[in-house]
Amino acid sequence: MLQSGRALRMGDNIDTDVIIPGRYLILRDLDEAGKHVFEGVVSDFSNKIKSAGIIVGGKNFGCGSSREAAPMMLKYLGTRAVVAESFARIFFRNSINLGLPLLECKDVSSKVEDGDELELDLGNGVIRNLTSGEAYKATKLPAFLLEMLKEGGAMKMLKKQSRES
Amino acid sequence: MGMTIAEKILASHSGVKEVTAGEIVNASVDLAFVHEMLGMPGGTAELFRKAGLRRVWDPSKIVALLDHWTPPSTIDVAEIHLTCRNFVKEHGIKNWYDMKEGICHQILSEKGHALPGELIVGSDSHTITSGAFGAFASGIGSTDMTIVFTTGKLWFKVPETIKLTIDGKIPPYIMGKDIILHILGEMGAEGANYKSIEFYGEAIRQTSIDSRMTMTNMCAEVGAKTAIIPPDQKTLDYLMERTNKALKPILASEDAQYTEQICLNIDRLEPQVAIPPSPCSATSISQVEGKPIDVAFIGSCTNGRLEDMMVTSRILKGRNVADSVRLIVIPASREVAVNSLKMGYLEPILEAGGIIEGSTCGPCMGGHMGVLASGETAISTANRNFIGRMGHQTSKIYLASPATVAASAVTGKITDPRKMVVN
Repeated sequence: MLQSGRALRMGDNIDTDVIIPGRYLILRDLDEAGKHVFEGVVSDFSNKIKSAGIIVGGKNFGCGSSREAAPMMLKYLGTRAVVAESFARIFFRNSINLGLPLLECKDVSSKVEDGDELELDLGNGVIRNLTSGEAYKATKLPAFLLEMLKEGGAMKMLKKQSRES
Repeated sequence: MGMTIAEKILASHSGVKEVTAGEIVNASVDLAFVHEMLGMPGGTAELFRKAGLRRVWDPSKIVALLDHWTPPSTIDVAEIHLTCRNFVKEHGIKNWYDMKEGICHQILSEKGHALPGELIVGSDSHTITSGAFGAFASGIGSTDMTIVFTTGKLWFKVPETIKLTIDGKIPPYIMGKDIILHILGEMGAEGANYKSIEFYGEAIRQTSIDSRMTMTNMCAEVGAKTAIIPPDQKTLDYLMERTNKALKPILASEDAQYTEQICLNIDRLEPQVAIPPSPCSATSISQVEGKPIDVAFIGSCTNGRLEDMMVTSRILKGRNVADSVRLIVIPASREVAVNSLKMGYLEPILEAGGIIEGSTCGPCMGGHMGVLASGETAISTANRNFIGRMGHQTSKIYLASPATVAASAVTGKITDPRKMVVN
């Protein structure tokens, strides 16, 4: 499984309140909610992510609330993958469940520049930086989570299983 | 080989004798709870319906309630509540608490749903609170909840466990909140990411059930998967009034393997304040004393319990809230509100100029009932002070105990509660 795009860099401890503030979780119009993603923290996020595609975070990306709207809105606005030094546990599960690929890699935040062209080899746990020519080793996802990403997320797997049983 | 409490609970719920940290298990859940997340866009009701799923695995093992935006503040919220009620009716969910009861983690304990040795999941990161009763309780998202609603099971990576020992005698005016803010400051924002925390030590034994819930609650801020206080007589006394079920406390083996041991002594602990924008940035109050505030908030799943109302009331008795401050007090449940009323705790708060609201999460996540304007500063008993958490992106939140927040409400600036003589 390959995923490619340009890097949009972020810092450490990006929390889910910053990704989508609590007061917008109730909006049924996702385009409207999308206007508030990273409000006051990353200006013009929705346009930036459309041209970039890959978020490069630091430590503890996605900490805080269990709101699945955080990865849901990132994906909705065009995020193709998130790579970070480390992820908070609930965000990690929620993202894979929604079919949003994640890779944990301790080198990314020090070595990747904003706008670098990246290619993520999810199956082998490798991130290739096509701009600098470097390759970084990431933590390989367990086989059953890779399978979940290939299927397009946990709900698709659940539907498949409930049809089979 | 010996096991920690988290390992024992995951093993017994996965039908195996033994598990070790790092192993992935598929475990049967005893209790799953949902709040408004059930009816939100992308929530479990929507996922369930879109996937064409028909029946929940066991309606008696699900708790559903409304707490975040109660009563509804907008039509969007009212529609979310309606979606929740319809789902509950359609699936015959037995344990349904409409908006009159209070905040989920408090209700779980009051209604006897949080029991030792049980595996609990909830659609809220502070589900971890129920570890105060010896349960393995963990927050999950809407998709995981849909999987649990359908199958009754969920995969877990067995966490490594940190043994946290808190010794010493709790000093006057120091609350569970000060202890946990100090612990979080020592551990850092990902100090327990993916891990379980077990609490030991003489200071923990001294704490009330209310304070214990404050402490397990905030372990979410260091990323913990679960945080467990081994049940003692206090736990059993509390629970026996609230459930007829047999109580089966699970304790760790003497030779359990811990990934890390942290020992702290709180003999000389001062009131703690977490400075924005991290709950893990505790400092002693002397470092921030005198900082002006606009809003003082006492409530939330962290500090809206009877003990918190008592302390607030004692500090405010015979005093006035500063003219420059809005003090908002929200008991965590109807039971807390009724007991506070009976004990006479509410009158001094109202007389001092505090505003008491019906039980809700409200301003804690910037939902309603007192959000912050640009540039404003709040001191709050809640659990998070992230950027924009309670309102405008430029507002700031300091986290502290109810004693510190009440004292600060009186003076209009961050104040050491030890300087307030209580009559």
